[in-house]
Amino acid sequence: MRYRNATAYRFLTPYLLIFAVFWIWPIISSFLISFQATRTVPWRFAPTFNWGRLIGDSAFFNALKNTLLILVIQVPVMISLAIVMAVLLNSPLLKARGLYRFAFFAPVVVGEVAYSAVFRLMFSLDFGIVNKLLNSVGLPKVDWFSNVTPAMALIMIAVTWRWAGYNAIIILAGLQSIPEDVYEAATLDRVSKVKQFFHITLPLLKPVIVFCAVLSIIGTMQLFTEPFLITERGGPGGGTETLGLLLYRQGFRSLNFGYASAIAYTMAGLAIAITLVQLWLTREPK
Amino acid sequence: MISRSQRRLGRSILLHLVLTPLALVWLFPLWMMVVFSTMPDYGIFSPGIELLPHDNFLDNVNNLQRDTNFIGAIGISVSVAVTYTFLSVLLTSMAGWALARYEFLGKRLVVAIILGTITLPYAVVLIPQFIMVARDFQLANTWIALIVPPLFNSLGVLFMRQAFSMMPAELFDAARVEGVKEWRIFLFVALPLARPMLAALAIILFLASWNNYLWPLLINSQPGAMTAPVALGTLIGLTKVSWGGLMAGAVMLTVPMLIVFVLLQRHFIAGIAAGAVK
Repeated sequence: MRYRNATAYRFLTPYLLIFAVFWIWPIISSFLISFQATRTVPWRFAPTFNWGRLIGDSAFFNALKNTLLILVIQVPVMISLAIVMAVLLNSPLLKARGLYRFAFFAPVVVGEVAYSAVFRLMFSLDFGIVNKLLNSVGLPKVDWFSNVTPAMALIMIAVTWRWAGYNAIIILAGLQSIPEDVYEAATLDRVSKVKQFFHITLPLLKPVIVFCAVLSIIGTMQLFTEPFLITERGGPGGGTETLGLLLYRQGFRSLNFGYASAIAYTMAGLAIAITLVQLWLTREPK
Repeated sequence: MISRSQRRLGRSILLHLVLTPLALVWLFPLWMMVVFSTMPDYGIFSPGIELLPHDNFLDNVNNLQRDTNFIGAIGISVSVAVTYTFLSVLLTSMAGWALARYEFLGKRLVVAIILGTITLPYAVVLIPQFIMVARDFQLANTWIALIVPPLFNSLGVLFMRQAFSMMPAELFDAARVEGVKEWRIFLFVALPLARPMLAALAIILFLASWNNYLWPLLINSQPGAMTAPVALGTLIGLTKVSWGGLMAGAVMLTVPMLIVFVLLQRHFIAGIAAGAVK
């Protein structure tokens, strides 16, 4: 390829302008704002103002704890479920494949607001279909919204329903890229299907699974809509408050931009750490 | 002795026994959304178990329209999603084309910045974007505020770069020999060849815009400027609200996308699976 600076930049510039103004500059700006006291006019530089507050803020640690708790439970459960879905959907024995694919993949197109509304109604204490069904098989009703543990479980159930199929699509694409003859050779050597799964499928899928895990962790870390709409602004009593919700409350309810930026950069720090772990896990063996 | 075909049959039955209940559980929320949207409010709050649709959908739509101007909000959402998708496909495929087919100064830097920042959480840019659009540009509650800032999304650039770099170079060189200008090669040779990828990208972008919630919630909070998800979201949690109406709104947001999904499943899945191809 010859150097064609002028032509290349004619194609690139419109995108690069938007990218610089609405992505790169805000990344830098947010970092700078986190070192300023923003509740005074004009803002003044005060490096420990927000970060110092963060270290001593119990609301921040509550949100951090809830976010990490959801991460640690929900992401592994969802990824395991997505692997099961993908492997079963990939079976040549499956009939009516289209119907099953629709069932698992359909939530991918459902918006956060629409499904939050449905889940809220389905899980309501007295009129919710879930409690009615629990009752009809002799189980007690669960008060999903007034107690912390069921409320957290509800958030995890909702997110898992929405995103398991999405991950299954990616894992299924990974499965279909594994050459058929690997399995044929294993079958000829009388290796059982279960052993094939653990010794062939899983190791070959590792990069895809790690990729899905990273995407899911970064997505769940920013969780906002579900605790905002389903459990009513992080209720009960902050029991499902997440970092995303705390950022919203500080940034856009209290208009405390400096503190909200510090919270945002805490999330960025976590995301960078997780990305580095991914790179390390999927590094090429030397 | 159990024969091979009997073992196969056994495995097949087991497979369907595991998958069918799971599929039903997964479909259940969508089914209940449709059922709720067709029930009068007193039906939703009755003690019995109702699992079949009724015939109250249009009344519920009327109730929803009384609670908030949902039809107007749908109009905004459609226009914004269509405009955003068109602009974003155009911008990202132009950028992807440049990165795939030309050598130029600063190319490695541009790619490094895009790749290096792609996993940063969106939350990081939220505050400065808001300050810029609402305070500095005074554009809150406008269409520009809904359409332009989300155009920064770089997945499309990587996706289209991949698509264009897989095309054989001779294709474009032949046109160059004949003296065809670069932008004409892009428009009339490269883009038509990339049609399946463009379709996949367009679907993913349209869906993202259609369902986008946080940014429109922050920037377009005035009643007349709300998108459909934001308008619907304002009703969740209110005490005097028609739940049948809310569910009718959820159906209007979801069912068109489900139909698109069924019709264009191949492109949809290609678009999502390609997110994994770096």
